Amino acid sequence: MDKMHVKLTVNGRKVEGLAEPRTLLIHFLREELNLTGPHIGCDTSHCGACTVDMNGMSVKSCTVFVAQANGAEVTTIEGIANADGTLHAVQAAFAEHHGLQCGFCTPGMITRAYRLLQENPTPTEEEIRYGISGNLCRCTGYQNIVKAIQAAATTLNEAKEAAE
Amino acid sequence: MTEQAPTSEERVAKLQGLGCSRKRVEDARFTQGKGNYVDDIKMPGMVFGDFVRSPYGHARIKSINKDAALALPGVIAVLTAADLKPLNLHYMPTLAGDVQAVLADEKVLFQNQEVAFVVAEDRYIAADAVELVEVEYEELPVINIATKAMDPDAPVLREDIKDKTEGAHGPRKHHNHIFTWEAGDARATAKALDSAEVVASELITYQRVHPCPLETCGCVASMDKINGKLTIWGTFQAPHAVRTVASLITNIAEHNIRIVSPDIGGGFGNKVGVYPGYICAAVASIVTGVPVKWIEDRIENLTATAFARDYHMTGQIAATKDGKITGLKCHVLADHGAFDACADPTQFPAGFFHICTGSYDIPAAHVEVDGVYTNKAPGGVAYRCSFRVTEASYFIERMVDVLARKLDMDPAELRLKNFISKEQFPYTSALGWEYDSGDYQTAMDKAMKAIDYAGLRAEQKANREAFARGETRKLMGIGTAFFTEIVGAGPVKNCDILGLGMFDSCEIRIHPTGSAIARLGTISQGQGHATTFAQILATEIGIPAENITVEEGDTDTAPYGLGTYGSRSTPVAGAATAMAGRKIRAKAQMIAAYLLEVHDDDLEWDVDRFVVKGAPDRFKTMAEIAFASYNKAIPGLEPGLEAVSYYDPPNMTYPFGAYFCVVDVDVDTGVTDVRRFYALDDCGTRINPMVIEGQVHGGLTEALAIAMGQEISYDEIGNVSGGSLMDFFLPTAVETPHWETDFTVTPSPHHPIGAKGVGESPNVGGVSAFSNAVNDAFAHAGLVHTQMPHDHWRVWKVANDLGLNG
Repeated sequence: MDKMHVKLTVNGRKVEGLAEPRTLLIHFLREELNLTGPHIGCDTSHCGACTVDMNGMSVKSCTVFVAQANGAEVTTIEGIANADGTLHAVQAAFAEHHGLQCGFCTPGMITRAYRLLQENPTPTEEEIRYGISGNLCRCTGYQNIVKAIQAAATTLNEAKEAAE
Repeated sequence: MTEQAPTSEERVAKLQGLGCSRKRVEDARFTQGKGNYVDDIKMPGMVFGDFVRSPYGHARIKSINKDAALALPGVIAVLTAADLKPLNLHYMPTLAGDVQAVLADEKVLFQNQEVAFVVAEDRYIAADAVELVEVEYEELPVINIATKAMDPDAPVLREDIKDKTEGAHGPRKHHNHIFTWEAGDARATAKALDSAEVVASELITYQRVHPCPLETCGCVASMDKINGKLTIWGTFQAPHAVRTVASLITNIAEHNIRIVSPDIGGGFGNKVGVYPGYICAAVASIVTGVPVKWIEDRIENLTATAFARDYHMTGQIAATKDGKITGLKCHVLADHGAFDACADPTQFPAGFFHICTGSYDIPAAHVEVDGVYTNKAPGGVAYRCSFRVTEASYFIERMVDVLARKLDMDPAELRLKNFISKEQFPYTSALGWEYDSGDYQTAMDKAMKAIDYAGLRAEQKANREAFARGETRKLMGIGTAFFTEIVGAGPVKNCDILGLGMFDSCEIRIHPTGSAIARLGTISQGQGHATTFAQILATEIGIPAENITVEEGDTDTAPYGLGTYGSRSTPVAGAATAMAGRKIRAKAQMIAAYLLEVHDDDLEWDVDRFVVKGAPDRFKTMAEIAFASYNKAIPGLEPGLEAVSYYDPPNMTYPFGAYFCVVDVDVDTGVTDVRRFYALDDCGTRINPMVIEGQVHGGLTEALAIAMGQEISYDEIGNVSGGSLMDFFLPTAVETPHWETDFTVTPSPHHPIGAKGVGESPNVGGVSAFSNAVNDAFAHAGLVHTQMPHDHWRVWKVANDLGLNG
């Protein structure tokens, strides 16, 4: 199959490569760019383990062709941390509140929560639960994930207030 | 001014040992996307394997044509049973004493069975080639229900063993029969039933489900032809056992096989077994000389590797009129699918199902299990439970509720009346288990008070009256469940898998500067072993948990152990960790005595140091002792500070708990809202409360999924449904309720630190609590029992059949 030339920005870095038109974004990220943080957990776009941020929206990278991401800004779990290398508030809160166990859903879950808190900086518990309903977790029963996202919201809002 | 010496409490706090909610050391890599799961492994020259699978439930293979697939650029090989036969690898042994086809030999026995293995340069080409392999089939009649398996005219499923009258577990009485297994006293039980004032009977079906961890199964096999060593990285819950089995079936010497379990994305029993993909990847690597990766997709995972349950349990429970249980009888028809690949200790083909007398003092009991073949996927794994314990617990907890209906008694009161009392422990059950410890009454009292049980019943009464008056269309249900598990398999005297005793191990090495590494025979799949086992050790040897590395999963470095499933890590490997730690401490005491120039007996242990009795200023810390072990020539002692323990547990452990669930059922839609769920767990000594609560949250969510929606079923021509996340229920954060957790502590008397294991309790107790709540919602309308899963349609149908939909 003829390959296409794709160019995109991933975690702030310009990357390019050759890919078949049918190549999924998740495979391009994992196999061409060695960004193995996002995972593959289903065939049907339900589990959200492959969630990445594309042009300011959460997308399931198993349901996007890399060709569709041509020219896009993509952020994966590997690009979530703060510029100074410290953990992003969402990452820190997941560890602090035991919001993960096996860790397989975690990259997608954190990437989704990262975007959710930009869409809605002060979500209610119900809004958090709906907001992450495209991401499945088999280990935690979500309770501590919700708690972690609430804590991260508080941290981010406090930091924002302090900066203003 | 001199610095104040830290107090004993400060030193204890610094250890981050037993009982504290230490944050997990695993999280730094997982929160940054730096985990290393099997599909993350990339090796030079690595190629990909993918399966051609059967579209039919039962069919004869007339021909396989590989030509078109092999002609596709990038395709390296296509393996079929014919290629594996000369190596004697077309069948592999199962954990249950049966054999399973690696690639279908002459016929297929379930939909999605492995027929051919395509090896190609990348996964896209492999998938293309799968489509190009032409297989011609002749369809055969299908058995899709266990109840039809032993009909006289039932088709012969397993032609490879059709003339075998003796199976791995005794005589076979039909060509689709696998085994009959029994426990208890049939005569005494019959007598109890015959003479009973009240007998309640019910068929309790526990549907076929699947553990469905978020990461599917897979491996990378790499044969190094230079040094003759085969390495397999894979999703293995029992890496050491996999190495031994791999050696036995390939005839590669065991030292030339290295099995590595990297990070595992959840297991829940799915990753205990050995699957055709592992064998095919290994063979393909041996043949091609390059690393071969095989990763199953979700549909393959749900339809081909490791189902759970599928038990049809016919029960009779006998009691006096005032509710004292006098006997219990159960017959199980166990659907094992096309091959008997259940993961149970060898002597127990129905696992520990005979824990089914539960938490009750029942004088007579008898259990008989018939295992049968059907045209379904093989498996029969312990999905987040010890072997068949979830089935047993569900059976008894439903039967007690069924009896309560018949006696018109409150289900909690009936349980309280029949509990094994605290004074009866250690208690030997009618089916032969010795329960180590328990205090059921205290746990139940605490739980009933916490949820205000009497208040809930009063509210339910008011709800039913309001419903009768037409003021509401919702019915309130209260689910009561009290479970006793049996975990921590197990004593080598009666527990083995393929002849390998179910001990476990820990090896500790203390470094000169006072930090340490501990290696274990288990493997975490999310349980947080690197965090919690370091805590056990911190308390035992006085080295802060943060200075202890815990390593598992590499058979070249870890001591032999039987792995992680059946809540056995804490009861068995956790015990080995404590025992190895005590050996370290014993040697440390001798070193300290030498350094302090006193007799060993003149020293006492104090948190992180040995102190001369009566002279608190004279001590040696563990760090000082560690350094001395490397630089002092101590008469009569070898240098270094290391220990290993292989722990053979004297008994299983018996965690228990009291769970309550409150639901509101909309009779017009069948939608069931879980309003409240309270779980009290007693897992003995608690190592890390944060981790325990996390385990309970997760297990309850899996229980919710099973009770309220999961099912893998087969139609009359063998098509599987529930085989993808389109129709297999995994709850999202929206469906999942808030969990309330609580605890009591009744230590195990035989475990070195009194711990019992907790990971599976919430699934074992949870399913019963949900199901009992749904059944309870309709009790006043005459419902005695309705089968799981309680999805909206089925619940609506119950309401409709009871005439509640007007």
